[in-house]
Amino acid sequence: MDPFTYTKPADTRAALAAGARGGRYIAGGTTLVDLMRETVERPGTLVDISGLPLREVRATSDALRIGALALMSDVASHPRVRGAYPVIAQALELSASAQLRNMATIGGNILQRTRCTYFRDVNAACNKRQRGSGCSALEGYNRAHAILGTSNSCVATHPSDLAVALAALDAVVHLRGPDGERDLALTRFLLQPGDTPDREHDLRPGELITAVEIPSHPTPLRSGYLKVRDRQSYEFALTSAAVVLHITGGVIRDARVAAGGVGTVPWRLSAVERRLTGQRPSDRLWAQAAEVAADGARPLRHNAFKAELLQRTVERQLRVVGGTR
Amino acid sequence: MSDQLADEDRRDGHAPSGVSRRGFLSTTAAGGVAAGVLPAMHAEQNAGASAAQKAAPDGHSSTLSVTVNGRRHQVTIDNRTSLLDLLREHLALPGTKKGCDAGACGACTVLVNGRRVNACLTLAVRCQDAEITTIEGLASEGGELHALQQAFIEQDAFQCGYCTPGQIMSGVGCIREGHTGSREEIREWMSGNICRCGCYVKIVSAVAQAARKEG
Repeated sequence: MDPFTYTKPADTRAALAAGARGGRYIAGGTTLVDLMRETVERPGTLVDISGLPLREVRATSDALRIGALALMSDVASHPRVRGAYPVIAQALELSASAQLRNMATIGGNILQRTRCTYFRDVNAACNKRQRGSGCSALEGYNRAHAILGTSNSCVATHPSDLAVALAALDAVVHLRGPDGERDLALTRFLLQPGDTPDREHDLRPGELITAVEIPSHPTPLRSGYLKVRDRQSYEFALTSAAVVLHITGGVIRDARVAAGGVGTVPWRLSAVERRLTGQRPSDRLWAQAAEVAADGARPLRHNAFKAELLQRTVERQLRVVGGTR
Repeated sequence: MSDQLADEDRRDGHAPSGVSRRGFLSTTAAGGVAAGVLPAMHAEQNAGASAAQKAAPDGHSSTLSVTVNGRRHQVTIDNRTSLLDLLREHLALPGTKKGCDAGACGACTVLVNGRRVNACLTLAVRCQDAEITTIEGLASEGGELHALQQAFIEQDAFQCGYCTPGQIMSGVGCIREGHTGSREEIREWMSGNICRCGCYVKIVSAVAQAARKEG
């Protein structure tokens, strides 16, 4: 780990000033400290934002606002979250370990960096770590890598489960920076790699995530998250599916489905959603909709299995959330 | 062998418990030893609760005060120091173990302000005024083991013992959080602690036993 200076601002204004001077924000630190130890991350100054008042989970009449510094464990156990959006609670509780969930924050979870082993190995070529150095995963061991949203520069997955659930719920990211506040849809905030995989998000210099907001959804709303992985717990996803359904009168009025473990960003499955909307739930419908889950996939040498696994993951979770009549 | 252990017990000021405890109790006893021989360089006790966190002149180290197992310490550390290294290398509390040093094994689990966390991924400099509990702080002052420590002995829930302090601290957190409703629930909520000897069945039994006792 490289030496760094440390500062802990007392308020958001002081934090933004320190960030504007080039300081690196640290919240839970579970990704950043790990990567600093590997010298993948080498910040000269850490700005500890854990003292800022951004921890609150608040339900308003038309939205649920989750402070960026709320801990994963606190959000997962929050009664309002569990009641209205089981998909969020499930995605969180299927992430990491109880210890890490006691440290990691919601904002940091969205910004966590990929688990691609070549990204984490400073001796390997990686365009995300060093633009233009090449991608070791393209011809290397790429079983865990992405099949959607990839480019010739990068095939690394976005590792967050929470972000998949949030993408399905059309979550909005609230940002605050030296130039003021702005909001951005999560799916626009996180960037596909293209030719610049080192740019992972639309965060401007010195800008902070202050909150994540879930807009209101029609009720009754059913939702849930399924995560498929190499071991039963404490592991990243090979594939995952967040399913959100609004069913009244025996008809699916609104369907939102997103996938994890397969994309360079959380991946909305709009083709699946189109096949569901306006239809009556049935085992046949779930299978027909899931058929198009991997449309557009570009498998690599070792991860072609993910396309079929994704279809099955989506089909199963549609059945779990939608029930069968 | 048992005579030798008994001698160590007496030297550590612990009465022989009559329980076969091998390396396990010597780990918990280390807290008692450490408390007696803490180096003078760590001015403690009188630091004062209001001691402000200061950056040392080079900017790459800081002075902070932190309470570990009820004892207040003031230390000056390199900012890179993890809480795990602060405990083991600076405060002579080696009960907390370094496994992967990357948040992947749980051997370093401690309680910070009552919540279980990975000490290896916690920068010590961020622990100003925090209350830390390590394996050395679980037993009572009189040496009576915590219910979960006793359960680990009775269930024989370890072989090499290296992951055990982290397992026990994580188990204490798991019980406090109320995730002990079934063996399945315990397994899931203890999944952040890897045991390469594979003692999982007995670890789950120990957590369940202590949860019944405390509940």
